[in-house]
Amino acid sequence: MFSLKETKRSALISLWFMFLTFPVLVIKVDAIEQTVYWRWENMLYIGLGSFILSIFGKIFFERQKSRRERQIAEKIEKHSLIQRALRDPKYLYPLGAAFFLFAVTYPYLFSTYQINVMTTALMYVVLGLGLNIVVGVAGLLDLGYVAFYLVGAYSYGLLNMHFGLGFWTVLPIGALLAALLGILLGFPVLRLRGDYLAIVTLAFGEIIRLIMENWNDFSQGPSGISNIPRPGLLGFDLTLDQAITYLYYLMIVMVLVTIFVVNRLQNSRLGRAWVALREDEIACQAMGIDKTKTKLTAFALGATWAGMVGVIFAAKTTFINPASFTFLESAIILAIVVLGGMGSILGVILGAVILILLPEYLRALSDYRMLAFGAIMVSMMVFRPQGLISNVRRHYHYRPKKEQQK
Amino acid sequence: MLELHKVHSYYGNIQALKGVSLKINEGEIISLIGANGAGKSTTLMSVCGIVSPRSGKISFEGRSIHQLPADQIVTLGISQVPEGRHIFPHLSVRENLDMGAFLRTDKDGIKRDLDYVFSLFPILAERSGQAGGNLSGGEQQMLAMSRALMARPKLLLLDEPSMGLAPLIIQQIFDIIKKINQEQNTTIFLVEQNAYQALQISDRGYVIENGHITLAQDASELMQNPAVQKAYLGI
Repeated sequence: MFSLKETKRSALISLWFMFLTFPVLVIKVDAIEQTVYWRWENMLYIGLGSFILSIFGKIFFERQKSRRERQIAEKIEKHSLIQRALRDPKYLYPLGAAFFLFAVTYPYLFSTYQINVMTTALMYVVLGLGLNIVVGVAGLLDLGYVAFYLVGAYSYGLLNMHFGLGFWTVLPIGALLAALLGILLGFPVLRLRGDYLAIVTLAFGEIIRLIMENWNDFSQGPSGISNIPRPGLLGFDLTLDQAITYLYYLMIVMVLVTIFVVNRLQNSRLGRAWVALREDEIACQAMGIDKTKTKLTAFALGATWAGMVGVIFAAKTTFINPASFTFLESAIILAIVVLGGMGSILGVILGAVILILLPEYLRALSDYRMLAFGAIMVSMMVFRPQGLISNVRRHYHYRPKKEQQK
Repeated sequence: MLELHKVHSYYGNIQALKGVSLKINEGEIISLIGANGAGKSTTLMSVCGIVSPRSGKISFEGRSIHQLPADQIVTLGISQVPEGRHIFPHLSVRENLDMGAFLRTDKDGIKRDLDYVFSLFPILAERSGQAGGNLSGGEQQMLAMSRALMARPKLLLLDEPSMGLAPLIIQQIFDIIKKINQEQNTTIFLVEQNAYQALQISDRGYVIENGHITLAQDASELMQNPAVQKAYLGI
């Protein structure tokens, strides 16, 4: 069933792994007693493990290949179970209702800590959906997305400190400022694509953060802004627990609004222009699409969501400083989009929940958290590069007139 | 209909067009032939605004267009099929065609034009759900042309429609170009390496060399011209 050649290949792989891990896993130097331990048994485990894994990997790839060939031969349009369920209202509505019920009752079922964690996850859902407009739909790789998030957070912090503006006043202002900054970033990068765009946006994100870190008179530097008030509810004084629950419901509403808007945007004229821009710029111009306007709206609309979540973030933590807006943050949001599936709304939601909640619940294994994170990312990109839930756009099929009359 | 007057175009410091003048009347098929790097594609790109000319004038139906951005030129009724086809690879055939009608809002008209391009290229109707990138080269060329037609242009610019295609398919494509010209009264400006095929369906032809127009004659006369025969027709 398994040819000699394959076995030999796997054996070679395991040998290679044993060699690579030899210095780390076999040799152990005790510097105090000046002795060296040789842990040969580790080498054996590594060899066996990698041998078995490589055989499984090979079988997996073979099966996937043959399945793909069969699909092409039989012209089957393959959709995953989730996608089929989403298409069919018979499953979609009960599923949606169940999720909604769960989301509404969540604060009554779990502790304050859990609510807080879930609020954070929901914030990343919105951030992911916002970045999805820029990266997933319009195809502009933005590594400085966190800059807009920062602008939102600081606009609440600063406007509240200096002018005493409340949460609800600043929410649209923060969104607007972030959108303006998005357009400002958009102008110089209009001519850039791909790698170059990624580098410029990365630098942009860092510049904004460094300004906030060093311009003490304006932003209070690394010490940040504290005592930012939580959002009020019609003038009632809320206890801490109530405020957390309130924020949670606020985020639920926010997520629903975002999903609605992003969904409408994707199926709109503008959404189609974004997709065309992602696919081919020259053809996009030949279709009469204004490239400048399309790119700028993508940046601005993506940034808007980050600005709003930024305001909410400031209100949630009541303290902000530049350390919350490092490149890692951008990378995580980007990972959410890529892991979930570029362009797919449900994928992004799932990606955010996995990437934010998993590390939280795996605190017991915190030493290995980053290791697992890396392993998941690598295996995702190898086995499912299109993301957890790939985006399936609506399909239209052409039927000649005669058939329609039947 | 379209008139170029002493157009000079540059890529950075390199001058590609050195005073190109030509005129296209309504309902004509005009071909522009020339060797590699003579400035054929640059002429087309200057017309549709992707390379804006540094000096000279381009006017379309009496309106000067050389300062307009590319997307606004399309709204005037000039549609181009870019060199190398440039279809949207991940969109389906149907979605590609919908993108072609991006600027239009008349649903019935779009539907009629969709039926029309599917009657021109029945293979596209069969493939309407497939991704554009999965089509063969010839089918992609057909898709690119259909997509340009979906904008219902007055003037259709075709950049090397025969590039990389089998002789049989080339013949088919040129027949359809002729058909579009006759049935829709679309003016066609054709840029071609395949001079023989292009001149056969054209009314008039221009020869471009090193950024200059060197010959402008009726297509049949050009085909008889010994210099053209030697240089471009391989006779």
